[in-house]
Amino acid sequence: MESKFFDEDKLLVLKIVDEVDEYTAQKIRREADYEIKRYMPRKVVFDFDSVTFMDSAGIGLVLGRYKFVNILGGKLEVANLTQSVKRIFEMSGLLRLIPISNAI
Amino acid sequence: MKEQFENEMKLEFKSKSSNEAFARITVAAFASQLDPTIEELADIKTAVSEAVTNCIIHGYENTTGIVKITGKLQGNKIILEISDNGKGIENVEVAKEPLYTTKPNLERSGMGFTIMESFMDKVDVESIVDIGTKVTMEKSIKSNNVSLENKSEELSI
Repeated sequence: MESKFFDEDKLLVLKIVDEVDEYTAQKIRREADYEIKRYMPRKVVFDFDSVTFMDSAGIGLVLGRYKFVNILGGKLEVANLTQSVKRIFEMSGLLRLIPISNAI
Repeated sequence: MKEQFENEMKLEFKSKSSNEAFARITVAAFASQLDPTIEELADIKTAVSEAVTNCIIHGYENTTGIVKITGKLQGNKIILEISDNGKGIENVEVAKEPLYTTKPNLERSGMGFTIMESFMDKVDVESIVDIGTKVTMEKSIKSNNVSLENKSEELSI
C-alpha cells in the first residue's frame, strides 16, 4: 500500500497495490489503520487503480475502515474502481454507503 | 460406469491464507485451456478464492488442515470441487444467505457464497458437522475454441 497525505485538505490517499484477498487484507488493514491514526485525516480515499484482483475480503476491509474513520470524525471514499472491483462492491450494497470519490 | 472427462487435475495444500493466490492462479491456469475471456477467468478466480477462504477461516478456523481442489473439463465446462475436513456447516441454507457471517469480528462480510453463486453457473454445498464441507461449482465458457474454429471455417467458405 502506498499512502500520501495532503496537509491543506487533511486528505489521506491510500493506494492499494496488492491483490486483495483474506491474506493481503490483514496487512493492508494494519497499514491503513496505522496511517489513519498517524494523520487523523478529515477524508480518507482508497485508490483501487492498481487492484487487479479482489474478493469479498475487500468488502470487510473497506467497511471496517469506514467505521474506524467515522468514529474519528472523518469521511471515507473509494476511487478508481475497476469493473471487477465495482461488481463486488455493488453486490454487497457497499456503494450505497460509501461514495465514489472525485478527490483524486 | 465412471464418467469420462477430457482433462482432470487435483490440488492439495495446507490451510494457510497465503495459499489463496496460489490456489486461484493454479485453477485459472487449468481453466485457461477452455480459452475463457479475461472476465470469465476473473469470475472463476474470485469464486475459488471465496471457497478456499471458507475452508481456511471457517472449516479449519485457522488451525492446520488440508484444502483439496479437483478440477474437471468437459466440453466447454469447468467443474470444480473445493473441500476441507474441517468443522462443517450446521445449516447450509442459512450460511448461503447474503451478509450472513459467523465471524463479523474478523471483518468477514458474509458475501462468499453469494459471490460464488453469481460468478459461477451452478454452486452446490454439501456439509456434515465435524466431517467437512465440499463445494461443487460449474461454469460454462461461452467463448471457447469450438466457436472460433467454426468462425474460421465460415471464413474459408
